[in-house]
Amino acid sequence: MTSAALRSRAWKLLEMVTTPLLPSDYLDLVSPLRAGADLRGRIEAVHPETGDAATVVIRPGRGWRGHTAGQYVRIGVDVDGVRLWRAYSITSPTDRQDGRVTITVKAIPDGKVSTHLVRRAKPGTLIQLDQATGDFVLPQAKPAKVLYLTAGSGITPVMGMLRDTEFDDVVMVHCAPQPQDVIFRNELHDLVADKKLRLTEVHTDTDGMLDIARLDELVPDWAERETWACGPAGLLDAAEEHWTEHGVQERLHTERFRPGIVVAGDGGEVTFSATGKTVDADGATPLLDIGEEAGVLMPSGCRMGICFGCVTPLKAGAVRDLRTGEITEAEPGVLIQTCVSAAAGPCDIER
Amino acid sequence: MTAIDPTAHLTTEQIEELGRELDAIRDEVIAGRGEKDAAYIRKVISAQRKLELVSRGVLLFSIFPPAWLLGTAGLSVAKIMDNMEIGHNILHGQWDWMRDPKIHSTTWEWDHVSPSEQWKHSHNELHHTYTNVIGKDNDLGYGIMRVDEDQKWHPFHLGQPLWNFINACFFEYGIAAYDLELGKNLHKRRRKNPEFRARAKAVGRKIRKQVLKDYVIHPLLSGPSFLTTLAATFTANLVRNIWTHSVIMCGHFPEGVQVFERRSIKGETRGQWYLRQMLGSANISGSKAMHFMTGNLSHQIEHHLFPDLPSNRYAEVAVKVRALFEKYELEYVTGPLPKQVFSAWHKVFRLSLPNKKPKVKTPDREQELVAA
Repeated sequence: MTSAALRSRAWKLLEMVTTPLLPSDYLDLVSPLRAGADLRGRIEAVHPETGDAATVVIRPGRGWRGHTAGQYVRIGVDVDGVRLWRAYSITSPTDRQDGRVTITVKAIPDGKVSTHLVRRAKPGTLIQLDQATGDFVLPQAKPAKVLYLTAGSGITPVMGMLRDTEFDDVVMVHCAPQPQDVIFRNELHDLVADKKLRLTEVHTDTDGMLDIARLDELVPDWAERETWACGPAGLLDAAEEHWTEHGVQERLHTERFRPGIVVAGDGGEVTFSATGKTVDADGATPLLDIGEEAGVLMPSGCRMGICFGCVTPLKAGAVRDLRTGEITEAEPGVLIQTCVSAAAGPCDIER
Repeated sequence: MTAIDPTAHLTTEQIEELGRELDAIRDEVIAGRGEKDAAYIRKVISAQRKLELVSRGVLLFSIFPPAWLLGTAGLSVAKIMDNMEIGHNILHGQWDWMRDPKIHSTTWEWDHVSPSEQWKHSHNELHHTYTNVIGKDNDLGYGIMRVDEDQKWHPFHLGQPLWNFINACFFEYGIAAYDLELGKNLHKRRRKNPEFRARAKAVGRKIRKQVLKDYVIHPLLSGPSFLTTLAATFTANLVRNIWTHSVIMCGHFPEGVQVFERRSIKGETRGQWYLRQMLGSANISGSKAMHFMTGNLSHQIEHHLFPDLPSNRYAEVAVKVRALFEKYELEYVTGPLPKQVFSAWHKVFRLSLPNKKPKVKTPDREQELVAA
């Protein structure tokens, strides 16, 4: 017998010993970051960057496959006992010696996860990780001239690039309300002093929002540069329009942090994605009834919210709990009780 | 069913007000759920796993009597924790709000011969929706016993103290059979039903796995302690079964608990549903350790009102619920474990015989219940 077959036999035996749990349930007690475990990370330190931003140093589990500069990672953090998933750009270079990765988070008002990470996260905390992903990355062949156009926390994926790869001619235009809001300001200025970067800071509190037409004056050769832009939707929309107008849209690479914003309303269009049915729903009828009326095979139980027999993944949109009025927004892994939830705006139910 | 309707003094408005007050208690707990609660269930799960590992480790040397005693006691407690505070409550969706896929009603499997999925249907859905409604809630005597005067007597019931004792010893198998509705489904025609066969197969798989683990693999791993480990795992399962059976019996069988007629729940409002849960359940009083070991089902009344609130909150909820019982002049059935167990067993014995005097039919009462 080969050693692989032997291992698989031994594992089967172990599974018989631990049933109905899995051996990994026990191993997780002692070694949650081991190879073969679900991918997790441990927060090792949280360094403040500005008044409302901090860099979180994460030791990833053994299953971590590394990242490419500019990519992001989805992390699952327990905030007030609830696991919430968010995506953050990786700010550490790919060749960091100790194998740690960092994300840099800006606390946004009402942002549950970002505020938690910046203000409350403690070293030693376990978080859930996905593998790094995203195509906001540098090309194989080095471009001669580079422009980074960023605003606010949009600087984070670009910082990952700056720390990872040196170019001969790099210009950065970065917008932030005030000088002290510029994340990584000291490091950027060190790069400027070393002549590795030309930097223009736009302080929007005093200078106003960046008018994209000003690029002609700030970076006269912008159209010749391979550009990576990241920031609020307004800036990216303007950039895309500007680059298209000048016929150089293939030189622009953009990254949007929040592709869709959920608007919670009263009722909406409900999509049952597995069945491919779409129907209109009011804000008072349980989604279970909506589905059944539309001829979708819905799991059901007590029909009064107590048995949890009807829980179904909410893939997109928002729903309202008819008992408490609480709004639940779609996130990976979010399940809703269809018998006591109604559409709060358009939503997508996996049925 | 008692001759006097314990809700006769309440008006329709009062019952709806009671419902609103209970909703407010529920909302408050839901709004306050957080990190501490999450830490609690994680701690309990981790403690249970460690206790089970250590106990099974000790049992490898169970040929030595002190090791046998220690390991058996530890394994019994671990199995009770898995069944009660962890399994029962997770499968009720009490921890689903954490969004942790590993501690979730849709993924959890317990060390019990009834598969989670089947138990959730018969328990969460049927029993909790139709609590104590004769003919709808099979938990009233599990179909093998008569636990209320209004249930029809049959000579079969003469043996019910014995059936109940056997059921206590092999309770998890009783539950599995119950979840399968074995009595009904063993009829020739139903046996062939593919859906029933699939469910029976699932139970068979679970039984095989548990038996293999407890009665073959673990004893074999113990080598010279084979027989003593076998005895230990058998004892632990027995202890768990008798304990859970006793706790469950205390939930709805003690004297003073009301049962309801099928007709009475027609068009039931939220307030009336709450009221039925209040009158149809009974608590066990005792220490924190007692509450923990019963999986907080000692707070059966609170659990039936709010089956999806985290179990660690029932104690604080109980204070408010009890105040409502007093306010609305209702009987809060509770007592220490021995008293409640005795009361439940007493009923089992008493109702094994036909009713002493012919029950006076009270047509008014049905009217009242429908109107209530």
